Amino acid sequence: MDETVAEYIRRTVLKIPRDEIKMMLQKWGFLSEAQLQTLNFHQMKDNISQEVVQLCEENSADIKQAAVLDIIYNHIYQNKRMWNVYQMKKSGDELEYFDITDFKKKFKGRLQSALKNVTITFKVYEDNAIWIRVAWGTPYKKPNQYKPSYVVYHFRTPYVFISASVLKSNMPLLCQALVVASNYHDICEMELRSHSLKSLKDIVFKRYSQNLQTYCTKPLPGWNVEPENADIRIIHENRSEKERIHRLNEEVFGSGPQPIIEFAQYRLETMFKSDPKMDVLDKKEPFRCLVRFSSPHLLESLKSLAPAGMADAPLSPLLTCIPHKARNYFKIRERKGLFPESFVSP
Amino acid sequence: HLATSLPLPSERDHLRPRIDLVVFMIDIKSKYSLKNVKTSLAHVDASFFLGKVCFLVTGVGRVNACSIETNAICKLGKAYCSPVLFCELELEGIRVATAQRLLRMLQICAGHIPGVSALSFVSLMRNSDDD
Repeated sequence: MDETVAEYIRRTVLKIPRDEIKMMLQKWGFLSEAQLQTLNFHQMKDNISQEVVQLCEENSADIKQAAVLDIIYNHIYQNKRMWNVYQMKKSGDELEYFDITDFKKKFKGRLQSALKNVTITFKVYEDNAIWIRVAWGTPYKKPNQYKPSYVVYHFRTPYVFISASVLKSNMPLLCQALVVASNYHDICEMELRSHSLKSLKDIVFKRYSQNLQTYCTKPLPGWNVEPENADIRIIHENRSEKERIHRLNEEVFGSGPQPIIEFAQYRLETMFKSDPKMDVLDKKEPFRCLVRFSSPHLLESLKSLAPAGMADAPLSPLLTCIPHKARNYFKIRERKGLFPESFVSP
Repeated sequence: HLATSLPLPSERDHLRPRIDLVVFMIDIKSKYSLKNVKTSLAHVDASFFLGKVCFLVTGVGRVNACSIETNAICKLGKAYCSPVLFCELELEGIRVATAQRLLRMLQICAGHIPGVSALSFVSLMRNSDDD
């Protein structure tokens, strides 16, 4: 077995938390059950990984099998990576039957004809998603297995989720290969990024709870807004206002859990508006400014702003449109004057 | 009675007893809180400022999260001739002590302590502020 493969397997196993190693090796299926029985999973991880490498040596593992283990690890720990969303476009409207073998062949062929040194691994999961791992090399160097890109393509949809490696120069090639292999004719990057792959899928597949379209009548006065009325000597003067805020919040955010987004970024290309007497920026150039909101769970924190009394309800549509518009990166330009519609650029 | 801002909703006017003390709570971690208090102050009748108004600043324990300068709050207190109390609600001891202080002030403002009026009490507190 190649030394680099051995080292790669050793490092991959070291990444796995000790309690999960057995499960992941079983999922991998490369080592037999008998071999797994010989492993002592209660020793130090260093020793476990050495033993695993030895067993892989017996089975003559090559980089292809090691790459599958890496995909399995990244599928389970998908939230450690940052995912970008891409949408592919078809020229016609025909629903073509998706042939996985054909896709794999075309994808591999496209990449390998452009770049000889590349490792491509596929794994199909039950939710109609094909996971692709690509390790990139150059015409003169073998592929770098430690900085691969991951692609998750839900083949019944035009959406692709990509976690690019640091080597961004390979993106155009990757996109081209995807388009060719899937019989689309174009691909474009959506302005939507997050660590939570599931949340990104929820947003683009519209699986999160959306705002209620039903115009329900005024809620009953006894409706439980906050259960802090345990002491009847405390009288909340603004009960109806609290209920209004709660109702507005439900309308905008829905009552279910929000998709997990870690930040929203607004790039402002608007003019600075100040008191003319202040004489600031009289050159009338756009004031370049970047506003970034970050949170472990941005949408949930936006939802709790108004009930916590930290912002007025309703919130700015620039914040609340994030799941509906499926984007969290915005460019805001100057309003053109005549039309009072949204001036958020596409 | 707890309210998030003033004026109080008029639909409950008939249910409200006489108001003896108004405590404006300012969260030192939120500029919005100070702004809210300032706009609410405009809705208070002038007679209340003769000892029946007090500012309570909360969250002072978290020094790193302060968004408002204590200077600004003290100025506000001086401008409205009302005492400013500082406390940290997350610490039970301070919470209880602050509640006891407010209760004492309320007793004076409601006229339950013979010989001490709200006005005389507040001028007492003011003298200790100005060094």
